[in-house]
Amino acid sequence: MNKKWVGTNVPRKEGIEKVTGKSKYIDDLTFPDMIYGITVRSDVPRGTIRKIHFADNINWDEFTIVTIEDIPGENVVTLIESDQPFLADKEIRHQQEPILLLAHPDKSLLEEARRSIRIEVDELPAIFNIEESLNKKQIIYSDDNIIKEYLITKGNTDDVWDSAYKIVSEEYHTGAQEQLYIENNGMIAIANDEEVTVWGSMQCPYYIHKALMPLFDLPAEKIRIIQTATGGGFGGKEEYPSIIAGHAALLARKAQKPVKLMYDRAEDMVATTKRHPSHTRQKIAVDENGKLLAIDIDFVLDGGAYTTLSAVVLSRGAIHAAGPYACENIRIRARAVATNTPPQGAFRGFGAPQSIFAFERHLDLVAKQLNMCPVEFRKQNFLQQGSLNATGQKIEEEVRLDKVLDLALEKSQYFAKKKQFAVHNSQKNVKTYKGVGLASFYHGAGFTGSGEVYLASIVGARLTADGKVKVLAASTEIGQGTNTIFSQIAADALGIDYDMVEIETPDTSKVPNSGPTVASRTCMIVGKLVESAVCGIRDTLLKSNLLTSEYTSQQFITASKKYLEDFGELKIFVKYKPPAGIHWDEKNYRGSAYSAYAWAVYVAEVSVDKYTYEMQVDDFVAVQEVGEVVHPILAQGQIEGGVAQGIGYALYEDVVWRNGQMANNQMTNYIIPTSLDAPDIRVFFSEPFQPGGVRKGIGELPMDGTAPAVISAVENATGKHVCHVPLRPEDLMMLYRKET
Amino acid sequence: MQKISFEVNGKSVNVEVHPFSRLLDVLRNELELTGTKEGCGEGECGACSVFIDGILVNSCLVPTSQVQDCKVETIENIAQDNELHTVQQAFIETGGAQCGICTPGMIMATINILRSHPQASDNEIREGLAGNFCRCTGYTKIIDAVKKSIEEKKDESVSS
Repeated sequence: MNKKWVGTNVPRKEGIEKVTGKSKYIDDLTFPDMIYGITVRSDVPRGTIRKIHFADNINWDEFTIVTIEDIPGENVVTLIESDQPFLADKEIRHQQEPILLLAHPDKSLLEEARRSIRIEVDELPAIFNIEESLNKKQIIYSDDNIIKEYLITKGNTDDVWDSAYKIVSEEYHTGAQEQLYIENNGMIAIANDEEVTVWGSMQCPYYIHKALMPLFDLPAEKIRIIQTATGGGFGGKEEYPSIIAGHAALLARKAQKPVKLMYDRAEDMVATTKRHPSHTRQKIAVDENGKLLAIDIDFVLDGGAYTTLSAVVLSRGAIHAAGPYACENIRIRARAVATNTPPQGAFRGFGAPQSIFAFERHLDLVAKQLNMCPVEFRKQNFLQQGSLNATGQKIEEEVRLDKVLDLALEKSQYFAKKKQFAVHNSQKNVKTYKGVGLASFYHGAGFTGSGEVYLASIVGARLTADGKVKVLAASTEIGQGTNTIFSQIAADALGIDYDMVEIETPDTSKVPNSGPTVASRTCMIVGKLVESAVCGIRDTLLKSNLLTSEYTSQQFITASKKYLEDFGELKIFVKYKPPAGIHWDEKNYRGSAYSAYAWAVYVAEVSVDKYTYEMQVDDFVAVQEVGEVVHPILAQGQIEGGVAQGIGYALYEDVVWRNGQMANNQMTNYIIPTSLDAPDIRVFFSEPFQPGGVRKGIGELPMDGTAPAVISAVENATGKHVCHVPLRPEDLMMLYRKET
Repeated sequence: MQKISFEVNGKSVNVEVHPFSRLLDVLRNELELTGTKEGCGEGECGACSVFIDGILVNSCLVPTSQVQDCKVETIENIAQDNELHTVQQAFIETGGAQCGICTPGMIMATINILRSHPQASDNEIREGLAGNFCRCTGYTKIIDAVKKSIEEKKDESVSS
């Protein structure tokens, strides 16, 4: 295939609307007769609802009030397990759990009304962290607080410990992290007994669709979900929007009016999902040359009060836990545990940033104890073509992670910097310590294991009245460039102009279920289906003798119009077919977890203020092999944004928990990197390992390696072994105090 | 309720609102200028940036009574006669807009940099954008957009 568009920096499809402020996000829409909703939530972490009191300072007749009595179907958010209700019935399992809903035409009256409702609760003792949950201080989930557990074993680690040259053990912690998309969550719904329509900010229209069918006891065709322009997601708009959509629709059904349910920042931060906090125990055995002999990892995630997506977040975290390294003996025990906090959820990287942080930090510690260069130590243990990773998946492609590493070392001047900083740090009169650190890692793209087979995604394409091609997919544009890359891929597959491809709005009444917009799968998995679907259009035109094998864009339009004239419409749908040779044993967690991995080495350079312990990332080099790059500027933008989030995760973003909820749920005191905190992020794409335009996911990759690289650099600057993120200046100060 | 008169994007407007109504809400709801966005409602994120008498402000922190007789300029006034401003063009070309929700505010902040520091250094650019959060880009491509705008401006002044 001749590629004219893929690999070029075509203008973003919806670019003009975005730079002129014309893009319509959910809060920009108003419907005739629309009223406004608000959610009344629990203010205790655990308990039993005794009674709900409505204060008499409010004229409640003016309000639409939705309680569990108003739910026509099942009061359960359909996801992996059916344990989470849309509205708490008797039992409260976490702070900010939705209990009832209010709506009123005057938005300004809502907050006072919310405060005039008192939920009388018999409070129960609650547990708030991994330790309390594992210790069964209270049993709040099943009979042991374990939401999900996996065991990955390769070889036999127990045979190694006695004879190993060195065994190094340590524990690592990572904190929660808020996605902090700049557009808050929100939905508008219109509903009656027969049908429900919801517009809003979301990543996965069909997740909401699936959740609303049982809630309203309506068939698929009576529920319609439409994505509006979405101001960022990062995983945070994967599962929680189902709840907001359900709430808005329940209010709309009762009020018989359109209802807008918009969260403000404080509510969005305190009530919705975050990255799972983690606790990891590492134990590694090496020989005297630094060869990895055995890896034993105990990885635990705090899942919060309901199952939500914790089982799959845990799965990805576990599979990525031993990184892109070859080792004969691996044991990874992974558990997600329940606590009485709002459920944690999807966030870019999906469990992998937590486990990779622990492993990469631990490799630095092992290298230090071996007196080896951390770079050499990693390099000699890299997975190669033909090696087996932790799940026993044979690496089929010609992996050249050493080349990726070399490029990262060259671009960052790693060794020169290291020398230079050693001299700098030894000087008495300098105000900062400087350091450089790195991380090497890989990220599997697409759903784990048989996930893509179960999803069985469908993509369609159709001809438009003016002879152009429209892509039909539920994959959402959330900033990452879905509309643009699909258009490039389709235009090249058809050999027509980029402008001749249009993308249908993700609206469940118009597009098939191409799966959720998650797991770095849009370009790789759905992009491939876009290619097949539009090829089906071309083949039909060829078979109808309206087109010959060589054609211009204009001839394509003429042929399309003629086809529509003769036959009415042309719509082609294609379904996902798993690639050959991919086998996954779900029971034993063995086999091919992912059909493709993206590989990367990141290098961070930091300075640490000797007096205030403030840390600043001065330079960042991100080198990765992601297969074919469809749009270099968009791809760089994805990596740069992910690196900035990773820097926030490492140094700034501290979710402060108080009585089971986020206490700093404001942008004022939850600190994300600004333009003054983020360094110049320098992104490089290594030559693809495989020829033939193989594409891999890139969305989550940059979240994995950034925090360990940054903390490695802090360690290089200060000599302190840091085992947790976020690393605040006061934490670093305590590490200094501990020594003196 | 209070009658407040001011100018928005060159047109005089009269609104009757609570004097403490946030300018952001009056722009978005009364005047249907939804290009100005709300991100945090507490003056941190800059998504609601507008100019009042040429000064860049967070409109979520401005009580509308304060803009009596002022000139307010919003993102809707930046492209003229359907022609994109050089800054808007630069954001498209460099990839400075991803999800787009911070973009109107970023563009206002960029125009403010161009007005106050026509030859802004890298540091001045970073300072000038520091009141605006972006969660998508890591700022690199936004800074590229500002630099490109500065270059274009130079070219314009050379040619004219």
